[in-house]
Amino acid sequence: MLATTIILPTINYTAILPELIMLGGMLVLLGLVAVIPRDFSTKTYAGLTQVIGTASLVSSLVLWHDVAAHGAFQAVAQAVDVDGFSVFFLVLVSAILIVAPAFAADYLHDEGIEGAEYFILALIAGAGAMLMGAANDLILVFLALEILSIPLYVIAGLNARRATSGEASMKYFLLGAFSSAIFVYGIALTYGATGSTNLADIAAFLSRNVIATPGTLYAGAALLLVGFAFKIAAVPFHMWSPDVYEGSPDGVVGFMAAIAKVGGFAAFLRVFVSALPTLSSIWEPVVWVLCALSLIAGAVIALSQRNIKRMLAYSSINHAGFILMGLIALSSRGVASSLYYLFAYSFIVLASFGIVTVVAKANSGSAEIDAFRGLGRRSPVLAVFFAIFLLAQAGAPFTTGFLAKFYVVSAAVAAHSYAIAVIAMLSAAVAVFFYLRVVLVMFSGSETEDAVGTPEQHPIVLSRWVWSGIMACAAATVIFGIYPLPLINFARAATLLFR
Amino acid sequence: MSLLAAAALPDSITFVIAAVIVVSGALGVVLMKNPVHSALMLVMTLFGIAVLFVEQDAQFLAAVQVIVYTGAVVVLFLFVIMLLGVDRREAVFADTFHGQRLFAGFVGLCVLAEVIFLGSRTWTTGAPTVQGSLTNQGANINVIGNSLFTTYLLPFEVTSALLVVAVVAAVVLGRRHRDPADGAINEHEEVQR
Repeated sequence: MLATTIILPTINYTAILPELIMLGGMLVLLGLVAVIPRDFSTKTYAGLTQVIGTASLVSSLVLWHDVAAHGAFQAVAQAVDVDGFSVFFLVLVSAILIVAPAFAADYLHDEGIEGAEYFILALIAGAGAMLMGAANDLILVFLALEILSIPLYVIAGLNARRATSGEASMKYFLLGAFSSAIFVYGIALTYGATGSTNLADIAAFLSRNVIATPGTLYAGAALLLVGFAFKIAAVPFHMWSPDVYEGSPDGVVGFMAAIAKVGGFAAFLRVFVSALPTLSSIWEPVVWVLCALSLIAGAVIALSQRNIKRMLAYSSINHAGFILMGLIALSSRGVASSLYYLFAYSFIVLASFGIVTVVAKANSGSAEIDAFRGLGRRSPVLAVFFAIFLLAQAGAPFTTGFLAKFYVVSAAVAAHSYAIAVIAMLSAAVAVFFYLRVVLVMFSGSETEDAVGTPEQHPIVLSRWVWSGIMACAAATVIFGIYPLPLINFARAATLLFR
Repeated sequence: MSLLAAAALPDSITFVIAAVIVVSGALGVVLMKNPVHSALMLVMTLFGIAVLFVEQDAQFLAAVQVIVYTGAVVVLFLFVIMLLGVDRREAVFADTFHGQRLFAGFVGLCVLAEVIFLGSRTWTTGAPTVQGSLTNQGANINVIGNSLFTTYLLPFEVTSALLVVAVVAAVVLGRRHRDPADGAINEHEEVQR
């Protein structure tokens, strides 16, 4: 039988519209750069990126309305799920792409990195992160992972004039490529064991059949776990993150940190909760260990860091541990708490790295903790904002950081995972110490202690771009911290289509 | 039954030979000191994989494997190696962390033991997919084309984004940077290093 005609699956374009807007906008930007005689300034490109992000945010919200009204559905030959979960990530990634250019525009201009490259790469990475949340097929998950990761490798090495940037890019690329290879091997073994790459089909196969000798399946799931754990920088697959965060150009680290975690967790949660829930007795202890190690190592190693970027990198590892707790709970409440945490984390980390960027620039590029000494006198408003974001990371009340920690811990307690809840609380207590140390340095640093490299004491001038970014992140952090109901409902409604 | 066994025997012989070629080629890529030799060992590995594809009745993939990977990719590797200079020896075997190699060897042995354990037993595998079955489905190319444009339509299209990333990334990383007009950035650079 020779198939002469192929019946193409119907393509529901609205279902993948946010991704298409990201990629289409990226192509427009690419075409624009090719035809204009002289480069626009980075601010123009940043503005265009924000417009594209806004367009994709609008289409994501339309999709959200659609899902809320008519229920979740699948599109394009069951390759993508359009459910509350995927729409949550569409909205979050769009929002990140609206905020992130604000922190990069001035920085890139001042560093002499003109041109639209960063924004083009950021848009592609955004499309990849969106696809990771929506993908219902392991092959699509892998492609999305690469579409997310490869631009990040390049963004890390964007500053060709600094050796550290190239080093960060190289390390990230080599380790990332290795972890991708491991991930593909995991896909191959999972496919071999279940006969499908479609997440829903895998779940259906595993719920119908009891596999007597599941070695291949276990190996596949383990390798998938390694691939995801690398992307989210969970201990012991975290080695790359401090070096990459430290070496990458300051103004783009926040974006890298936010988008990599968001995309990584999106696919991690979907694959393990939606496709492999029947194996949960096998992978849950492993995730438990990863989670506990991330919580402890992230907090403890951050204590000894002198460089703020490295400190924030280790604190991100600590946050990854918290987000993993939602996966351990293995309930819709757990997933919702992870999503809430990701939302809170993204804006806090964007703003934190944004402020580190401007302070480091005012201190001739140094992001050491001493660069922040006396910031409270030098630029009181900036110092107060940085204090807010640091305290939010520490879990202070009236910020999203507090509620995020509260929800994941309560989800873990509800799932009777008491030990991990206790570990999380203790690590949060340790973490408070290093966040408060920076706050204290900012507000108390006396001149007598400034032995060498006394920073100039005139106030740090911030452009409107950076202010707008800080304000947006502060609004997201404080407003949803005081009045969290809309965000909680959004995260609660972000359930998976298959569970 | 005996006919089946006889038919199966050449298969396993082919498999063993191809597997030996693949594994020794892969080892060669890592162990050869000269990068050109490493690239040629990669050709050997990829040929072995092509043989494995033929054994699985996937002739089209075998042809693509040979044409694209051995024909184009490795030749490109060789060009790059030639352009960068073959005779330049780099001290890639420097042991920067003490005991690193010992630890790597230990972990490698653990992984090898795991792979052998996995390979030595019969494991349950899943239901064969509709796409994978080669009987009554027409020729290789038809089956591949069918699944590319039906089940895997979106992944297939999304691959184009990956190609765009590759182009943009190559341009960004390969571009020659203008020297900064003012000395401030140079000074900056010194501080950062």
